[in-house]
Amino acid sequence: MEQIELTYPASRNVNKKAHVGVVGSGDLEVLLEPAEGEVARVFIRTSVDGFRDTWKAVLDRFFAKYDGAVRIEINDAGATPGVVHLRLEQAVEVSER
Amino acid sequence: MSSKGYSPDFFDRQSFIELDARERAKALFDEGTSRELVGPFDRVESPWLPMQGVTPQEDDGCVVMKGKIAGQAAVVVALEGAFQGGSVGEVSGAKMTAALDLACADNEKGIRTSAVILLETGGVRLQEANLGLAVIAEIMASILALRKYAPVICLTAGTVGCFGGMSLAAGLASYVVMTREARLGMNGPEVIEQENGSEEFDSSDRALIWAIHGGEQRYATGLADALVGDDTPQVANAIRLLVSKGIPPVHRSSQVALYRNRIAKLDTSQQWDPKEFRTLWITNDSNEDKR
Repeated sequence: MEQIELTYPASRNVNKKAHVGVVGSGDLEVLLEPAEGEVARVFIRTSVDGFRDTWKAVLDRFFAKYDGAVRIEINDAGATPGVVHLRLEQAVEVSER
Repeated sequence: MSSKGYSPDFFDRQSFIELDARERAKALFDEGTSRELVGPFDRVESPWLPMQGVTPQEDDGCVVMKGKIAGQAAVVVALEGAFQGGSVGEVSGAKMTAALDLACADNEKGIRTSAVILLETGGVRLQEANLGLAVIAEIMASILALRKYAPVICLTAGTVGCFGGMSLAAGLASYVVMTREARLGMNGPEVIEQENGSEEFDSSDRALIWAIHGGEQRYATGLADALVGDDTPQVANAIRLLVSKGIPPVHRSSQVALYRNRIAKLDTSQQWDPKEFRTLWITNDSNEDKR
């Protein structure tokens, strides 16, 4: 299991938290919570070691569009980058519903 | 095929099996009455999995919800089959036991509270070995305490099924509800094959597995009390009916003489066909056994 932490700039507050996904094979769990300040922090725990660059690329792309001040926690059981991105978008959708 | 060109029974249903544990639990309550207890944001996860390099889940694969079913207080505990095979560890087991014990305490205060346990599980979580085993004993004790006051209903919908220690817990339930897709058994097919060889049980023969462990067979042989389709309203309705029905006059697990006699009368020198077994198993009873 590898732990990865990433930080991104944020410019707006988020009101609601969201929980989506399951830590099942090829899937992941995303916990999104409002955070203080103009920053978004991401904490990742993944069962597959050695993919730090791939995680950073996926999160860079996600935060190129998303600007909420949040704390995101990811528990991953080997999801592909596409699945990770979809779950992140789903979490945002739930938090803004 | 209908005139619409497709089978409406199949396409128009709202699958229950496709729901995750949280959605399943919520679907059983009267609308708008449920609330989750010790949810993922409370971060009560397994301390043992990360030590072994396994990613934990924030609810440890166990969802607890309180609310009303058929207008009565009820608690639903759902195991998430997709997380570690729905296995029961120290934390998920403690959540289940605490939920059952709180329901029991409410009953003692005169608030009738039923419990529904959604079992998609292979049993004890091997990474938490002895703690998992201990917690199964606690769950069974809690079921026995609660079922004196209100029904404890076990629902196995599939596709994981219910095996290992948790199948024993299911055996203690007031009622067992299954779908055709669900399986219920102590040892899973692969375990039996590993121990006694493929001549004893061929774990690649899916038709054989479902003919023995499947919901239809369990219902036909009286080990399940309701057989429901993979349809959310149908499942919720079956649960509502059983909650309203209350405690059964005699629990299945109390009928020791009945089951002992049934087993004693079986001729084990030959291989029974699962279909023939259905009639044989029930009709073997003499009148004095039916207590």
